[in-house]
Amino acid sequence: MTEKTEQEKHLVEWLADMNEDDAFALAKKMLLEEGANPIRVLELCREAMDVVGKRFEQGEYFLPELVLAGEMLENIGAIAKPLIKQGPGGEPKKLAKVLIGTVHGDLHDIGKNIVTFMLDINGFEVKDIGIDVPVKTFLDEINEFKPDVVGLSGFLTLAFDSMKETIAAIQDAGLRDKLKIMIGGGQVDEAVRSYTGADAYGTNAIEAVSLCRNWMGVAA
Amino acid sequence: MNAPKTYVQTSEAKAAYDKRWQRIMDCVALKQPDRMPTAMFCTFYLAKFGGISNRELMYDEVKATEIAERALLELDPDCYNPLVLNVAMGPVLDALDYKQLIWPGHGVGDNQPYQYLDREYMKADEYEEFIFDPTAFYLTKYLPRVLGIFDGMEELPYLPGLHYFRLVGGMRAFAKPRVRAALEKIMKAAEEVERFANVHVEFTNRMTAQGFPTSHISTSVAPYDLIADYFRGATGTMKDLYRNKDKLLEMLDKATVFLTKQTIAWSRASGHPVVFFPVHWAPDRFMSQKQFETFWWPSFRKLMINLIDAGIIPMPLWEADCTKRLETIRDIPPGKCIYWFERTDMVKAFEVLGDVVALRGNISPSLLTTGTPDEVDAAVRHLADNVFHKGGKLILDAAFGLPDETPVENARAMYRAARKYAS
Repeated sequence: MTEKTEQEKHLVEWLADMNEDDAFALAKKMLLEEGANPIRVLELCREAMDVVGKRFEQGEYFLPELVLAGEMLENIGAIAKPLIKQGPGGEPKKLAKVLIGTVHGDLHDIGKNIVTFMLDINGFEVKDIGIDVPVKTFLDEINEFKPDVVGLSGFLTLAFDSMKETIAAIQDAGLRDKLKIMIGGGQVDEAVRSYTGADAYGTNAIEAVSLCRNWMGVAA
Repeated sequence: MNAPKTYVQTSEAKAAYDKRWQRIMDCVALKQPDRMPTAMFCTFYLAKFGGISNRELMYDEVKATEIAERALLELDPDCYNPLVLNVAMGPVLDALDYKQLIWPGHGVGDNQPYQYLDREYMKADEYEEFIFDPTAFYLTKYLPRVLGIFDGMEELPYLPGLHYFRLVGGMRAFAKPRVRAALEKIMKAAEEVERFANVHVEFTNRMTAQGFPTSHISTSVAPYDLIADYFRGATGTMKDLYRNKDKLLEMLDKATVFLTKQTIAWSRASGHPVVFFPVHWAPDRFMSQKQFETFWWPSFRKLMINLIDAGIIPMPLWEADCTKRLETIRDIPPGKCIYWFERTDMVKAFEVLGDVVALRGNISPSLLTTGTPDEVDAAVRHLADNVFHKGGKLILDAAFGLPDETPVENARAMYRAARKYAS
């Protein structure tokens, strides 16, 4: 990113510090009154999200900050994106594709959403297919999206069997060798990983990012 | 309505009941019990145990009662959660048109458990209205949103301020067709709830007569969790930590007062001193220690102290991993509470809290569902050796009760091992 103006530095800093009101007012002023390049503003937002992600990894930030950061990004994006005139050619190349969803029978999504957010701000192309996802939907989405990693999420103990069933179906469909599978959620541990046949498990969003980075050979 | 049936307790059953209860109370008082007590908590595990569907368990109270009794007699714990009350509530939920849950036969498959719908049941701009008059907010906003039978009650007038002849005019609202329809539905549903409550009381009477005490009857909630789970939604409250910080703190203060009143009243009505608190939003990873000490802990501590002063024994189940919170939650009078831990390392919890509270838990759900009876036995032995026999007042149980999918032989192994390594 090119050298930042004082105003741009403020935007990054306020977003990273959860100063929502000032950050949003500034972004709005830059975009709607001063004719700032919307792609540039979104780049600044992304830089702020990198800081948020690092503070989360360092144990300074927790779920409330990730949730608020996600919403600040969405609100600024809602103003900036319609102003973008050229095509999305400026988008940085993504590291890898991750398909993520909560397995069938389970409706929980907070953990999955946080993992999606953290993977996204760390440069992965993430497709989130929601909650209570049937096995067949996972197979269809894998065929269409062609992910490098599949993330199965679940909070309830019933998710152990749903994960096992989903992974077995991926295997039976001949898709298992082309991707890595990670699982996560409230009760997941090594015993569950072994039971389900997943490649790895994570107990938080940082571990999910590390797993994907390691599998894709990306330095942290 | 018929009063719940009572059963005769033989002198042998009374002795067994007293012995079991004394073990739990010794733990609470930080005295060494005659052996390590066990507790049983389960919901849809009963369906697995009895070989019926979750839906049948929710809708067939006769079968639910019969299976619950069989499970208790076989597993033989020192105390148990109100089993029938927690599962056989299908008809009651139907009668209330309950909107915060989906359950077998009503939104999820016949063999799935009920699941809570995490939504914003109160909007961010409604804090002030709630704080000014929680009762009015309940009657005209909250209850119509969460119980279908209250649909129409939003047409009630604002009651404070009605006086003299205004009282007369104020009564006109009760003639409105939607209000009348709501009142009729409420009365009908209340009868069903009353009938079901008697089924529960009959079951506990029956088990008391056979020598089994309940671990608790009433459940309450931490003030922050009340707001996060049941009003603002999980992510709504997280955003409020920044956007509506002062209003959130004000609502926490208010909730502490009415939860104190309500919890004392419910505990007294149940005749049981222990009150269960499933704790959802305290874990290490959910918020920073500073946020925990600002938003979560002070109101809950105050609530617990109020209850302890009223002779109640709070039993929070600290869900997920709360290792970083142990030093903070130690700040409570000794010998008054049971702290039940889910994923927090029990040995570590004993080291930090062993001289302050009784402990409960925490055989891992993944082990219980995917492990072998021998592995379950070894896990119980680990806790007996490293907590109970080192002076920890441990009530052995699964981490959050028996997971629904636990193979019956693993549940048997847990209670058998608890007796084997108990003394």
